[in-house]
Amino acid sequence: MTTRIFGSGIRRREDPRLITGQATYTDDVNLPGMVYAAILRSPHAHARIRSINTDAAKSAPGVLAVYTGADTEGVLNAIPCAWVVPDSDVKAVPYPAIATDTVRYTGDAVAAVVAESRYQAEDALELINVDYEILPANVHAESAMNEGTPQLHEDAPNNQAFHWVAAGGDTDSAFASAEVVVTDTIIQQRLIPNAMEPRSAVASYLSSMGELTIWNTTQNPHIARFVTSLVTGVPEHKIRVIAPEVGGGFGAKIPVYPWEMITAFCSMKLGRPVKWTETRSENYQSSIHGRDHVQTVEIAGTREGKITGIRSVVHAGMGAYLSTAGPGIPTILHGLMYSGPYDIPNIKADVYGVFTNTTPVDAYRGAGRPEATFLVERMVDLLANELNLDPVEIRRRNLIPKFEDGFDISLGLTYDSGDYQGALDKVLEHVNYEDLRRQQAQSRGQVTGNGHHDHGHDHGHDHGHDHGHGHDDQPSATKELIGIGVTTYCEICGIGPSQVAGAVGFGGGLWESAIIRFYATGKVNVFVGTSPHGQGEETTFAQIVSDELGVPVDDVEVIHGDTDNTPMGWGTYGSRTTVISGAAVALSSRKIKDKAIGLAAHLLEAAEEDIEYEDGKFFVRGSPDRSQSIQDIALMANVAWNMPAGMEPGLEASSFYDTPNFTFPFGAHVAVVTVDVDNGHIVLQRYAAVDDCGNQINPMIVEGQVHGGVVQGAGQALWEGAVYDEDGQLLTGSMLDYALPKAHLLPDIETLSTVTPSPHNPLGVKGIGETGTIASTITIYNAVIDALKPFGITRLEMPLTPEKVWQAIQQSGKP
Amino acid sequence: MFAPEFEYHRANTVAEAIDLLSSNPGAKVMAGGHSLIPLLKLRLARPGVVVDIGGVAEMKGITIADGNIRIGALTTHWEIESSSQVAEANSLLAEAAGGIGDTQVRNRGTIGGNLSHADPASDWGTVLTALNATLEIRGPGGATRTASPTDFIVGPLTTTLGETEILTAVNVPVLAANQRAEYAKMAHPASGYAVVGAAVVVNVDGHTCTGASLAVGGAVPAPVRLTSVENALTGKELTFENIEAATAQADNDLGGEILGDFFASAEYRRAMAAVETKHALFHATEVAHH
Ligand SMILES: Cc1cc2nc3c(=O)[nH]c(=O)nc-3n(C[C@H](O)[C@H](O)[C@H](O)COP(=O)(O)OP(=O)(O)OC[C@H]3O[C@@H](n4cnc5c(N)ncnc54)[C@H](O)[C@@H]3O)c2cc1C
Repeated sequence: MTTRIFGSGIRRREDPRLITGQATYTDDVNLPGMVYAAILRSPHAHARIRSINTDAAKSAPGVLAVYTGADTEGVLNAIPCAWVVPDSDVKAVPYPAIATDTVRYTGDAVAAVVAESRYQAEDALELINVDYEILPANVHAESAMNEGTPQLHEDAPNNQAFHWVAAGGDTDSAFASAEVVVTDTIIQQRLIPNAMEPRSAVASYLSSMGELTIWNTTQNPHIARFVTSLVTGVPEHKIRVIAPEVGGGFGAKIPVYPWEMITAFCSMKLGRPVKWTETRSENYQSSIHGRDHVQTVEIAGTREGKITGIRSVVHAGMGAYLSTAGPGIPTILHGLMYSGPYDIPNIKADVYGVFTNTTPVDAYRGAGRPEATFLVERMVDLLANELNLDPVEIRRRNLIPKFEDGFDISLGLTYDSGDYQGALDKVLEHVNYEDLRRQQAQSRGQVTGNGHHDHGHDHGHDHGHDHGHGHDDQPSATKELIGIGVTTYCEICGIGPSQVAGAVGFGGGLWESAIIRFYATGKVNVFVGTSPHGQGEETTFAQIVSDELGVPVDDVEVIHGDTDNTPMGWGTYGSRTTVISGAAVALSSRKIKDKAIGLAAHLLEAAEEDIEYEDGKFFVRGSPDRSQSIQDIALMANVAWNMPAGMEPGLEASSFYDTPNFTFPFGAHVAVVTVDVDNGHIVLQRYAAVDDCGNQINPMIVEGQVHGGVVQGAGQALWEGAVYDEDGQLLTGSMLDYALPKAHLLPDIETLSTVTPSPHNPLGVKGIGETGTIASTITIYNAVIDALKPFGITRLEMPLTPEKVWQAIQQSGKP
Repeated sequence: MFAPEFEYHRANTVAEAIDLLSSNPGAKVMAGGHSLIPLLKLRLARPGVVVDIGGVAEMKGITIADGNIRIGALTTHWEIESSSQVAEANSLLAEAAGGIGDTQVRNRGTIGGNLSHADPASDWGTVLTALNATLEIRGPGGATRTASPTDFIVGPLTTTLGETEILTAVNVPVLAANQRAEYAKMAHPASGYAVVGAAVVVNVDGHTCTGASLAVGGAVPAPVRLTSVENALTGKELTFENIEAATAQADNDLGGEILGDFFASAEYRRAMAAVETKHALFHATEVAHH
């Protein structure tokens, strides 16, 4: 018996080149005659540019040119916002590649230098003299619309970038007649995406051909080509965008930035290839940030714990300009998620996008959905707290019962399939929930009682007081409380039907295409328009083809990332690549199989109806020895010596797939934390995740995606947060102050799954790239608040630094 | 993140390095480069000349003799962490070294560079203060002098080291059989540097404290000794209550200036100086096993 390749956790073929240093990233691309660009960035968050003197820089050693906004104005068009959400009064304010008269955040481009070497370019930046008139800055999303707040754009009064409302049911009457209402203000702090590879571009313009080639570290080369054409004016068919190896994106490499447009401009002006690679500090200032919501939320319920309504007013910081997908994130990808896995009849999301003098905000892993899941799951816990219900019990009373093909929620979406109770049962059994609650009661007794003063504790000398595991049977001289967080979630993936894309103002389609080409040797190339950059689709797409057609998986190579040799596609984000692009691969495989059956019938001198297929072999029903392998067929199709009448040569198929609906992965997560009451220090002791992404093509990759996602979400809960001072200076300007999750601060992540296939997807898959991030922030947060229950603490701001915990304990007035 | 231009010299001996410093005013020596290079890259430091002392053999290595541990200034944190002789002679040194930054940092950073840089969030100043270490310093013409860590480090990024002096070695007493030592550190989650660090060395006779040397760093511009706590503890039985009561006095010794930032305010660090000292004492004296 052979094990099916679809569903087996084979190793990622991407990894050997990545871990041996053989991968080629954009910054590794070196072209003959290449020169280097560096960008001068505004040190002020808000200022008028009185004048710029570039004389000294222009005559510095090695310098070829210095360009300012005066040079790019009218040559480079404004950077477009590509997600203009309808009926929301979106203010698509001018977003110049290089500022002309006003800078609006620290990091806004003021000038670009091109020099023979990178060092010369950096040295020359210091010689540019800019005379600024400093203006007052506005840095808080919460107050950006208040009267008297400094205004960023003439066309956006009160700094309002848009106003979007989504509603289902009748929230007004639900709240008016509610037995219980609980409110909270939730702050989704601003995060910095931190891909390992920063942004980089190499542009090469061939004036004789009018052709522009850009190596660009992007998640969506075809969108990049489209937008590059709009900004530079070079026709789309004369532009080639190559995304070579891309070292992580997490959403920050979806947007088209001014920087690669400036790089292209420099190459077009100078007729030489130009490389630009940002420094990490530049990345922190000027690659997009994520989150930045202030959410005022209310939940309504009955005394029995049935949720009757949820509504929010959200102020979402957009930063200084609207980035490519910016407005779509806190609206479509956020407000439509408020039902979670529950049947909530009345929902309203009221979202204001606001401009602040900060780095533009766009999609960051989960993109709107972690912010929504957080909001829902926090409010559910608060309602449970109010009603004295266990967090698990309130969820059980509201979860949508198991369904296999469609459930309509009040917001108008139709969920595809779900078994939320099943996921919850599985995670609770795995962690032994009852036992955890017993341990918690014990920890509370120890801290509040007097029995705490007779045991040394295993005080880690290393970072963060890591006490290690298994310390629970060894009572501690310090006072530690245990907290348990339980979350059930359902999210929106497989970003979706093109018709919906059009209806919600997304400036493109959302279908995908895939070409499968068999060569005479039986080897296969798969060409896709998506652009995986760490998600492992070079492996999983080969598994799909191998499974469908019986070719050995190693005989299939997946090609992506170059607009010149891949079919059109809209890119890798929103956990859509396997769902949409993978479906296109499956459809093309099936077309190949149909053609192969026709050719096999001809070669075997049988009727098509009599041809059967199994494990890569086509044979005549009843006589398995009369067969042709897929490799035989590939050879015969490619040489075309003996084709049936009317059949074209070659064994190649192309498919375009547009999904009929989104997919809705779901799951249940549990976090266990300890909180040291003396110093407020939190240790994440356990994390267990049950995720359901439908059928799994490669369970090892699924597990890896959950690991990374959970860690990224833990980062928001415990460590990460971009901090600006009142003048708009980024205080967390480097990794010295911006705390990323570290391996030694995390427990083993316990990953489990259930499998509920998506009924409408050709592969039954749902998407797994973001679930971890979507669920883990709130699961950990709820665990910490749960730990602090003896102090009556119900809210804290993230990241949950030890001081914030300690201050809350001090202020609680309890011992 | 691209350093401005500078002249690079490599010294092979201490004398050569001091000569280069003397003939190039404003020059900086480079040991592990883990603090100097970031400053250069951020263009916050612009020395015209950098003197690389990484190859000076006489400043490397650890020798233990006559109750003294002599550590060359160029010895890396990793060398200290991984030396079994150090672990045996003075567990606190090994423990503190192992808690610095991460593996990459410990592989490059040196004990001498760490002390000379005098970042208030560094660990060595605090630990060596509690351990009563003696620093060896060489100047022009072979002049040598010694200094205690608190004489040497006077404030953030400020030492009493002259422009043409070099820190050559650190001397630390071997821990006696009746001494218990521990370092408790609240590490910044981003860098690993100490937000607050407390190093304790306690002399015990049975369960009684017969003397203590306690130091706190991170919260203060330069490491301080906690003499009030030392006095309150000396002569007392090492119980939970006595330790808690004694460490509650830490505040008296911290001085007028407490550091604070958006991650941890001065108020919090002040409170944590006592808490971390308490935690270190609990662990050092294994209150548990009484
Ligand atoms: C990410 C990161 C995390 C870190 N975490 C910690 C931590 O947790 N705890 C901690 O204590 N430290 C930490 N450090 C600091 C690190 O341990 C180094 O010890 C420190 O940066 C300086 O050592 P160095 O040898 O690299 O000195 P260098 O960078 O080479 O020099 C630093 C300064 O000291 C001067 N100098 C160096 N050696 C001498 C000498 N022998 N005589 C006179 N002057 C000298 C130089 O001129 C320069 O001004 C961290 C550093 C980094 C980058």
